[in-house]
Amino acid sequence: MAGSYRGITLLSTLLGGLLMAASLLASAGVSAPVVPQGKGEQCVEPTADMRKNHMEYLLHQRDKTMHQGIRSKQHSLKECINCHVQANKAGDYPSVHGTNSEQHFCDSCHSYAAVKIDCFDCHADRPASPSAAKGAKP
Amino acid sequence: MSDQHINSYRRRFLGGAGALAALTVAPGLLLNVVKAKPAAEAVSNTTRWGLLIDANKCGEGCNDCVTGCNEEHGLKEIHGPATDAQWIRSVTVRDTSTQHVTHLPMMCQHCESAPCVDVCPTGASFKREDGIVLVDKHTCIGCRYCMMACPYKARSFVHEHLTEQKPVAPRGIGTVESCTMCVHRVDKNGENTVTACAEACTHDAILFGDLNNPESDISKRLEKEGGTRIRADLGLNPGVRYQGI
Repeated sequence: MAGSYRGITLLSTLLGGLLMAASLLASAGVSAPVVPQGKGEQCVEPTADMRKNHMEYLLHQRDKTMHQGIRSKQHSLKECINCHVQANKAGDYPSVHGTNSEQHFCDSCHSYAAVKIDCFDCHADRPASPSAAKGAKP
Repeated sequence: MSDQHINSYRRRFLGGAGALAALTVAPGLLLNVVKAKPAAEAVSNTTRWGLLIDANKCGEGCNDCVTGCNEEHGLKEIHGPATDAQWIRSVTVRDTSTQHVTHLPMMCQHCESAPCVDVCPTGASFKREDGIVLVDKHTCIGCRYCMMACPYKARSFVHEHLTEQKPVAPRGIGTVESCTMCVHRVDKNGENTVTACAEACTHDAILFGDLNNPESDISKRLEKEGGTRIRADLGLNPGVRYQGI
């Protein structure tokens, strides 16, 4: 009796170990996104808030800008881009459509989360020029 | 008198003249600063933006306004004029009885009673409070009813996937678009706006301004010299007025 109990314990330990190893392997398959550093020290809202609610902020701002001409910078997509999309040392900006899309702030996370966005089918995915980006505040 | 004396005299004189110029210009500047709305304020129907185009000043074969508009909004040649988007086009008309030829730029006329707004099934085609007629491309389904309804043939459909759009002018496949009266500039500069077409015009033929403000340059000129609405018989009351047609 005691022997069979020991056997079950051993089996369950082995199975548990296997499961853990499998989950480790699975998580090693997709590495967490490396989100590029933006300008400034703090985003327009707390980071946790932005992670969860950025789409809501953008949606509200979108309608206000489109229909009422409100162009405050707080939640504007253009300002997100001006701060978060930075040129590399060669002076080139990453593009969501290009081969270096994983270096683009939006795409780095969206491709990891498998959430397809079509913002950049129409909107510019990089600042207008280096000078325009410099003028932006965080 | 030595050179140094002359220089110090000149400096004093120029300094004085500069201060005088600043005093003369400053009241105007202050007035203009007041007229541009704060970025966070919604537009209102106290203003009605419009354009006055003097076709007499338009040069033969001149395409500067079209080029300026294309450059500002990132419109590029793709498959030729039959399908490419046109926000302004240069039109030449001949009076068959007198043989008088007129060149004029034709764009969205920003009608007060816009047919494109009436027919839009999704509400994407809309008129802002300040009279600018726009397409909300987030809700545009590309049905092109507005293109058929527009008596000025002012709207274009985007047939191709686009890249390299300008941040001030989001544009994309499957949506309809037209002249925005440089709304991004208007929201920033208000009454002091110079639209991209007016900026590019070397003949000084295009004037932007507030039709509701009797003190604006456009209203004063319309009062003094008059202006024509194209297809006035339709009763749409366009915000774009012409002279010399």
